[in-house]
Amino acid sequence: MTAALETNGLGKKYGRRWALHDCTLTIPTGKVVGLVGPNGAGKTTLLHLAVGLLTPTSGTITVLGGRAGDGPSKLARVGFVAQATPTYAGLSIAKHLKMGAWLNPTWDGDLAKRRIEQLGLDPSQKVGSLSGGQRAQVALTLAIAKRPELLLLDEPVAALDPLARREFLQGLMEVVAEHGVTVVLSSHLVADLERVCDFLVVLEASHVQLAGEVETLLASHHRLSGPRRDPRSLPASQHVIEESHTDKQSTLLVHSDEPILDPGWTVMPVTLDDLVLAYMGQAHSEREPQRGLRLIP
Amino acid sequence: MIEFQLDTTSGVATYLQLVQQVHQALQLGFLEPGDQLPTAQQVVAKLAINPNTVLKAYRDLEREGLVQPRPGVGTFVIRSFPDTDPAALNRFLGTLTNWLDSARAAGLSSVDIEAIYRTAIRNSFSEAVA
Repeated sequence: MTAALETNGLGKKYGRRWALHDCTLTIPTGKVVGLVGPNGAGKTTLLHLAVGLLTPTSGTITVLGGRAGDGPSKLARVGFVAQATPTYAGLSIAKHLKMGAWLNPTWDGDLAKRRIEQLGLDPSQKVGSLSGGQRAQVALTLAIAKRPELLLLDEPVAALDPLARREFLQGLMEVVAEHGVTVVLSSHLVADLERVCDFLVVLEASHVQLAGEVETLLASHHRLSGPRRDPRSLPASQHVIEESHTDKQSTLLVHSDEPILDPGWTVMPVTLDDLVLAYMGQAHSEREPQRGLRLIP
Repeated sequence: MIEFQLDTTSGVATYLQLVQQVHQALQLGFLEPGDQLPTAQQVVAKLAINPNTVLKAYRDLEREGLVQPRPGVGTFVIRSFPDTDPAALNRFLGTLTNWLDSARAAGLSSVDIEAIYRTAIRNSFSEAVA
């Protein structure tokens, strides 16, 4: 299977600050990828590099087997909706669709018309008079009507209310079911993406902290709690991601490909939310080591 | 046709929730051989979940021999569960009730009993894995 997106040591520097650093990542085709991280983690930078709006300072990025943003034929295969779903407030929906048809060689006019109908929108309406959720749906319609193989969405649901958010994701998943497009959508909240994504990338402090198939990630991480003990006494196959201790009890989040059989632990599954927070926490503790917190051997 | 629901707080994987709901519907008779399952597209349009999740659930059900995809038409139920022997069910219920009575008589609380039960399940099933 070819990768939809592949980066190798990818980095982007603004002035003296790395917005994205040493990013090595492979995203297989056909996935719905959640790109999660706090504001300023490098999500938008990564997406802009993938579209070709930015050029890398270091490393390489390959999109659909070629250079990112490499000419009109490559651009036609990639759909992108920027943050805040930009549209032209003074133009009607019909004019947006007309513009889409002019600008895109692979435009699917029927698909666009059908989607606007399904959404119950009047094509003569000016986009400026629509609600945030409707505007987001129009922007999504424009991006999918060009029939991209890779669809990149930057914070598509951040500004939407819960109902509009659900409707947006329903529409997006219908497109995935129908056309099998690879989707990368970013959010600072994993809860927004939990239902839809089957591949997760956690960005924090300009670095990739975690990347992989959601199912594999969930199956290989466990929350352990039991009598207090030193995490260093764990088997080598168990890697501690997060730990907290009281004077009597230890709670750990560990990565292990093998089942935890030690009867001393109560083993609980982890949620995607747990995972994201644990890996983000790890990024923080690496940057500012907390002194004074010593582990009792 | 059945309609899937999702419990996002249960911690149970989404595809497994779909599989379990089909199992339950078969057991309760809501689904019978010949019935069609909703298409992946219908499911994602309602639940806003990844279509691969639906396909994975349907593949699992197919592997169990309960459903069969007909290309271009949909996925259909081909078999229901064999009825579990009611005598066996009653026997196990009886054994467990006796055990619970003696545990309570020994002064164990429901919390104690649940802890024992969970440990026993884990031991039994991890032996089966190992």
